[in-house]
Amino acid sequence: MSILVALPVVLPLLAAGLSLILHRHRLAQRILSTVSVSAVLVTAVVLTVLVDHRGPQAARLGDWPATIGVTLVADRFAAMVLSVSAAMVLAVLVYAIGSPMARDTAQHFHPVYLVLTAGVAMSFLTGDLFNLFVGFEVMLTASYVLMTLGADRAQVRAAMSYVVISLVASMLFLTAVALTYAATGTVNMADLASRLTAIDPAVRHALSLLFLVVFGIKAAIFPLFFWLPDSYPTAPTPVTAIFAGLLTKGGVYAIIRTQTLLFPSSGASRLLLTVAAATMLIGVLGAIAQNDVKRILSFHIVSQIGYMIFGLALFSAAGLAATIFYIGHHIVVKTTLFLVAGLIEEREGTAALDRLGGMVRRQPLLAGLFLLSGLSLAGIPPFSGFIAKLTLVQAGVAAGTDVVVAVSLVVSLLTLFSITKIWAGVFWGEPEDAGLQVRPHPSVALPRLMVVPTVALVAISVAIAANAGSLWALSERAAAGLIDTGPYLEAVLR
Amino acid sequence: MMRSTILSTATTAVFHTAVLFSLYLLFAGHNQPGGGFAGGLVAAAALVVRYVDGGSETVRSLVRIHPMTLLGSGLVLANVTGIGAWLFGGAFLESAKWQWDAPILGVVKTTSALFFDAGVYLVVVALVLMVLRTLGEEGEPS
Repeated sequence: MSILVALPVVLPLLAAGLSLILHRHRLAQRILSTVSVSAVLVTAVVLTVLVDHRGPQAARLGDWPATIGVTLVADRFAAMVLSVSAAMVLAVLVYAIGSPMARDTAQHFHPVYLVLTAGVAMSFLTGDLFNLFVGFEVMLTASYVLMTLGADRAQVRAAMSYVVISLVASMLFLTAVALTYAATGTVNMADLASRLTAIDPAVRHALSLLFLVVFGIKAAIFPLFFWLPDSYPTAPTPVTAIFAGLLTKGGVYAIIRTQTLLFPSSGASRLLLTVAAATMLIGVLGAIAQNDVKRILSFHIVSQIGYMIFGLALFSAAGLAATIFYIGHHIVVKTTLFLVAGLIEEREGTAALDRLGGMVRRQPLLAGLFLLSGLSLAGIPPFSGFIAKLTLVQAGVAAGTDVVVAVSLVVSLLTLFSITKIWAGVFWGEPEDAGLQVRPHPSVALPRLMVVPTVALVAISVAIAANAGSLWALSERAAAGLIDTGPYLEAVLR
Repeated sequence: MMRSTILSTATTAVFHTAVLFSLYLLFAGHNQPGGGFAGGLVAAAALVVRYVDGGSETVRSLVRIHPMTLLGSGLVLANVTGIGAWLFGGAFLESAKWQWDAPILGVVKTTSALFFDAGVYLVVVALVLMVLRTLGEEGEPS
């Protein structure tokens, strides 16, 4: 049982070591990465089923008691997010193997990618604050390397600001953990849940705000999002796709975990509601102003994070369930869109809207993939985005937050507008600036290894919509587990 | 490159002592100050002194294994130590303890955590080797 909880962290790390030893054997590296990431996916799915039936599971590393040693905990929320993430990691891995970028830098890409996987798994499964810090650091250190793979001038410049802002956030994070330890004498989250209620409310609020700022930078919420649209688009496409799908969601996960477990609130939080509305609006306005597929999509990430914070801010079972469902939907759709953007770039040599046009005739499959996931992102029925937004709006109306609900609907409309802007620019019409157009090579087919995972992800997104009933029920159970923390505490502290 | 005689002589004197001290730190680490990380850093510092004295060629001929292989081995060793505990029915990273009478040293206590520390030691040394290699390389014309 405890083996299953630790496996998603241990397996990729072991594989990363083996991958380094095998750095001269490209095929062996590929097989190793694919096998280990698939194993993580299987473990995560099994874990989800298991914790859904038997309640949260904990693993004590080194068999030390929970409050002293390192604890890994899987509850429904963690296991669900981990499963979706592992599926994305696998899809992007296959895509990366097929793409030219990973071919050139393969011996570095594979080990670092596996370390990133371990970091992501650790951030989701950790049961104490300090290990959450370690998990984030493992994830970020790997991301610094991935972002600069290939090391051209624009990448290094963008990575510079990314590294600096991440380090600032990490310093704040470490300070917050130290202050929490000074105030309570523990960093174990289950232990903290009871001890934080005993300390001075002013200190408690200060800590709560500090953690919100720290994770807010990582999750790219307003007004701490400025680094994201600047740094993401320059990285190689598979890397941007996995960053877009997972890294900011690590921040959102940490916000949800700390706010529900450590600083639970009885009613809707006005601060979080304001932040959510501002994040949605500013993000989508930024997207409208852009003229490059990857930059538009990067601003959409920011906007979508706002929806997730909105559900959390309601602090109701329905709101949290909607947020959990939203995270699952968003990770899939966002990753898909970036993979499609990568295929466009691979095909036409650019992602700038004014240099592209008329691709619907040359690449009908690509157009179809983009349309399906784009409409899902905007929340058009019957796609998964519609269900995610509908449940969120229902929860918002039930809580009486009409203003934020109105904002979220307007933002949906604006999202649709910017998706149609990409559609019109890339797939319809002719390039505005014919002189600048990079001539496509009609004879060369798209690499199959890049197309297959993209199609698979669109299929997953459609499957989410088709199985919305059972997935929504699972989200509701996961949300209940976040509100009634009893079983979680018992699993860790028993 | 001009080599300084004073530095060369001092390096020869210091290098082996430093490596020996790093191994002492590695073995003492379980109950006393030291451990894989501190030991690895001392060994790496010894290699850096060699690098300053003789350049990247000296370091290359000293450690013939590719740093990436070394790095991977360290990571695998540390992981296998953790997984090993599972095979004996323990929790991940749970430490086992052995005690035996060695001919000269008397009663020696060994823990399985030593293998984990050895892994960390290798990772630290390999990382510094990698930095030394990269710094010593000619820049590719861009």
